[in-house]
Amino acid sequence: MIRSLQNPKPYTNAFKAFIIAYFVFLFAPLVVTMVLAFNDSMFPSLPWKGFTLDWFFGNGPEKYGIFNDATNLRSIGVSFRVAVAVMVLSTILGTCAAFLFEHENFRFKNALYFLMIAPLVIPGVILGISILMFANTIGLAIENLFGVYVKFLGPGFWLVVLGQSSFISTIVALVVIARLRKFDRTLEEAAYNLGANRFQVLWFITLRYLRPAIIGGAAMAFLMSFENFNTTIFLTGSQATLPINLYLQVRDGSTPVINAISFLLIVGTSIIAVFNLSKGNKAVP
Amino acid sequence: MTKSNRKTVNAGFVLFFLPVFLWLFLLVVLPHLELLRLSFSGSGRAGDTGFTLKNYAAFFKEPIYWLTFVRTAMYSILVTFLVIAIALPVAFYITKLARVKTVGFLMVMLMVPFWVSELIRVYGWIILLRESGVLNKLFVSLGLFKEPIELLYNDATMIMGLVYTSMLFMIVPVIGVMEDLDDSLIEAAYDLGAGRLAIWRTIIIPHCMPGIVSGGIIVFMLVLGSYLTPNLMGGKNSLWFTEQIYNQIILYFNWNQGAAFGFLLLVLSSLIIWVLLKLTRQSLKEVVK
Repeated sequence: MIRSLQNPKPYTNAFKAFIIAYFVFLFAPLVVTMVLAFNDSMFPSLPWKGFTLDWFFGNGPEKYGIFNDATNLRSIGVSFRVAVAVMVLSTILGTCAAFLFEHENFRFKNALYFLMIAPLVIPGVILGISILMFANTIGLAIENLFGVYVKFLGPGFWLVVLGQSSFISTIVALVVIARLRKFDRTLEEAAYNLGANRFQVLWFITLRYLRPAIIGGAAMAFLMSFENFNTTIFLTGSQATLPINLYLQVRDGSTPVINAISFLLIVGTSIIAVFNLSKGNKAVP
Repeated sequence: MTKSNRKTVNAGFVLFFLPVFLWLFLLVVLPHLELLRLSFSGSGRAGDTGFTLKNYAAFFKEPIYWLTFVRTAMYSILVTFLVIAIALPVAFYITKLARVKTVGFLMVMLMVPFWVSELIRVYGWIILLRESGVLNKLFVSLGLFKEPIELLYNDATMIMGLVYTSMLFMIVPVIGVMEDLDDSLIEAAYDLGAGRLAIWRTIIIPHCMPGIVSGGIIVFMLVLGSYLTPNLMGGKNSLWFTEQIYNQIILYFNWNQGAAFGFLLLVLSSLIIWVLLKLTRQSLKEVVK
């Protein structure tokens, strides 16, 4: 049954077979996607026609690799800029929230805390449409009142950043709160006694202590923003982020360029994820 | 505390409070109130304004809308149970059976695939399963299939895809609670002659309930709100309710109808989560920790 008990051979073997099957199930689609990025074929499928790097570096006439594919490169750029902005904004908001809920006391604290975790149980699609509609209403009101069109309230870069941050900040907050709970507040008192002011204490003591959690939360925020689809689809303007651009290509027929992009993304996210896990942060996105 | 000290404390409070307050009100509370308001208003075209119930009436009148809604809810519940059935033995193996040395490695292996974008995972399944896909080519060349069979675009494949994309959110919380399960309880039950099933039923599953509930809430919510997997792996008849919302807003540009659908989905997910919490006597605060 467990390690310390004697288990009959068939039982252990059956369990092992189940786990192996599980990991095959887990990795099959990813491994196949990655391998087919190097297949010298016009379609992401078998048979294997030989090894090629054309889907990365190819420059026509038949195969345009990812590094020569202007549309996909542009959408990677858009996603990158969105992800950096979301990372900065949600790290600030999440860290403020962590301090607010762990170190301060005020009326309606529980109600506000409930509001903060609500975005985790609201489907991303609904966050997307409600922010779209709210921004649109505000934009219209401003236009009617002052006769100015506020560009960032229309679908586009800033709306995507705000929409994604609305729930990613919560995740950063939970990561930071987890570490802040273990913080020994006598360290702060010691610093006060030695003459530090509140902001020095915050900067030199508390934030130093929280650094691993803040970095981990920021990495998580970056990855979640980079791969977000459900919220983004309603908020994006003419400049599509990578997941949306890939979605349109997958839906309307695909070439192995998508495999090449996937290969780069899988390798990239794995490096960030393993780095983050090795720092001891909770791994659930 | 001196007076000037008090003032700085308040300044610190405002520094933390203001951004959080702005975030929660401008990006969470007000947008959802606006969603609710729009769902009760007319489209504004041709004098069609003011309070109306027609957006909700349309939902109940058209069977395609409420049938999709019911189907989405039922399938989400089914997926949640399937995920529980897979997650329990995997978590059990990792916490209680695997060699201690390999546990860290197994955990990393479990988690890394879930950091990869959902779109890429779904794409992987598409190139594996479609008619001209890898599995078909392989099976035909091995002689297992006479001719390629379309394995995509049906409900079973869609369910599998949804299970695949949401598994981890069950496995991690279950591993968390299973680690705290004292092995001696299982040993004692075993010594007293309990069978495997009895041990699972009376010791392991009750102990893991908090983890199962928090995982279940997250999985259910993710599946209910997912768009990519049903859209790309499901068939013509596997419409998901999020697709109805998408169609209303992006294709027909009928925001009021879309708002009503969005609000209904929100009510459904909140209701089911609330019932689950009540049944298991937990609070949302503990569950999302």
